[in-house]
Amino acid sequence: MTDAFISLEGITKSFGAFKAVDDVNLDIARGEFFSLLGPSGCGKTTLLRMIAGFETPTEGDVIIDGASMAAVPPHRRPTNMVFQSYAIFPHLDVAQNVAYGLRRDRLEKAEVSKRVGEALDMVKLSGYEARRSNELSGGQRQRVALARALIKRPKVLLLDEPLGALDRKLREEMQLELRSLQRSVGITFVFVTHDQEEALTMSDRVAVMSHGRPVQVASPRDLYERPSSVEVADFIGKMNFLPCRRLNGSPGIDEVEADGLGPVSVVAGADCPAAAPLVVAVRPEKLSLHAEEPSDGNRAQCRMQNTAYLGDRSHYFVTLDGLERPLAVSAQNADAEAARRLADGANLWLSWAPDALLVLPADDAV
Amino acid sequence: MNGIGREKNRPLAIYAVLYLAFLYVPVLFLPVFSFNDSIYISFPLKGLTTQWYASMIGNEPMLAALGNSIRVALATATISTLLGIFAAKAVTRYTMPGAKPVIATIMLPLVVPEIILGTALLIIIMQAGGTLSLLTVTLGHVLLCVPFAMAVLMSRFEGFDRSMEEASADLGENAWWTFWRVTVPMAMPGITASFLLCFTISFDEFIMAFFLGSTDPTLPVFMWNQLRFPQRLPGVLALGSCILLVSFFVIALAEYLRRRSSFNDDSAKVTLD
Repeated sequence: MTDAFISLEGITKSFGAFKAVDDVNLDIARGEFFSLLGPSGCGKTTLLRMIAGFETPTEGDVIIDGASMAAVPPHRRPTNMVFQSYAIFPHLDVAQNVAYGLRRDRLEKAEVSKRVGEALDMVKLSGYEARRSNELSGGQRQRVALARALIKRPKVLLLDEPLGALDRKLREEMQLELRSLQRSVGITFVFVTHDQEEALTMSDRVAVMSHGRPVQVASPRDLYERPSSVEVADFIGKMNFLPCRRLNGSPGIDEVEADGLGPVSVVAGADCPAAAPLVVAVRPEKLSLHAEEPSDGNRAQCRMQNTAYLGDRSHYFVTLDGLERPLAVSAQNADAEAARRLADGANLWLSWAPDALLVLPADDAV
Repeated sequence: MNGIGREKNRPLAIYAVLYLAFLYVPVLFLPVFSFNDSIYISFPLKGLTTQWYASMIGNEPMLAALGNSIRVALATATISTLLGIFAAKAVTRYTMPGAKPVIATIMLPLVVPEIILGTALLIIIMQAGGTLSLLTVTLGHVLLCVPFAMAVLMSRFEGFDRSMEEASADLGENAWWTFWRVTVPMAMPGITASFLLCFTISFDEFIMAFFLGSTDPTLPVFMWNQLRFPQRLPGVLALGSCILLVSFFVIALAEYLRRRSSFNDDSAKVTLD
């Protein structure tokens, strides 16, 4: 990327023999909403804290807007952070919390209260100036933390799982709000989360982290549609995996022999080394079930094993000859009658679009 | 082992009562005899009087000793708490080589007999050519009080969310301003508790004050001197009762503040309102 705003150059962070972050190279563009996604312990928070300056990289350098941050302490970095615990100062009220970072700017009193007012307005907390943190709900604390960080007009806003403590409904609301806020202020956001849905909803790009390094960096759409490994495919959404074998020795793979499906044409999701075992990966919603044999296209016969009714859609588990594990199929319940017929049927037909099957190097885990 | 809370455990109850009696009954004699209308400490009480309390008011040497004690206690509490703050901040916030031996050294006066500390300090001060005064008493008291200040403050510093200090740094404040704008206000209940505790310890302390003091006695030393004159004993009892009462309230307040700060960390803000 040519217009990298934040560059992580060979960042490694070791705690003793353990490498929390392992040789990470990432570029984040100006104004981007960038997420670090991964399970707990994958190093995403450590990476964020190194951008903020709370941790010093064992190796490598953080570059923000062209300047090395190696010798810059946290209080001089052009970054501000929204902490996971929000870290609202309990001995100060909301207005004092939001104004905390303005002391050094030596502003007139009127200017301070004007900017505090604007910041609280932005996070929809006007009228809460005199409250203390124990008089605020989780969502309100989160907004105070946001206002307190944004009032500094940072180049980069760092968010450490800021929505983790909120209940589901509020979280979904805040996701949209954060996203539109980010668009309106135009600040680069680096967002840490373990919630894949959250990362997909909000981000321009997502880095999926595992064991201290990003395993795939891509837009939410690419991450979901074209995962580069079984690990990513398994972490983001639901995915069926079918063992398969190459049909010919050609380097580019477009056809494989898959368990249960037979010879099928596939899309190569990643570079597959010639010797590596392969799997076919397919999303449950890219498969469809039919009571009658479809007249054309890719199809296979299957038997219904069980169904799970989820209201708006149903999950069907079907078995195929030659396939060890049942396949999950997800379908919208738009036509209730058709859904009922499928659920009751025993022998069904499975069909899929030509580009639905992805082939990936097999992972030991699956 | 069922119902240990419900079943009566008579031997244990008797033991508990005896134990408490052993601890506190002698102390209770102090206020009882301070109202006795006789200079002899014996039952039956001759009559009720408040003359011993009344006589304290005009007692110049006693008031001077009280003044000395308050000055020493204030100085001790201030210095010990300040040292305690810095030491507690250092050991809870930074990783230093040899932190544990350093803490152990600071805590050592808790277990070394005061008489040994007092003798050692006296020898050192004499060897160094120093003169004994309230200042040397204060120094001795600081040595005794820092472990207590440290213990109270360490639990306070360990108790609060470290991201508070990080948030301050993140918002542009350096370590110095973070300390004054976030750390100190948030640790205030602990600081107050430490101050009160050190004040009380210093105010009541005898051995150091006796070894390291000069002709200006502190109140406990003054009382000890009075005991040589039997007719002044009831006055000492009255004074002792007053000290007991004040100490009790100060310690209770300190403990209340400490508990409130460590058990209910999130609402530490309430104490600062």
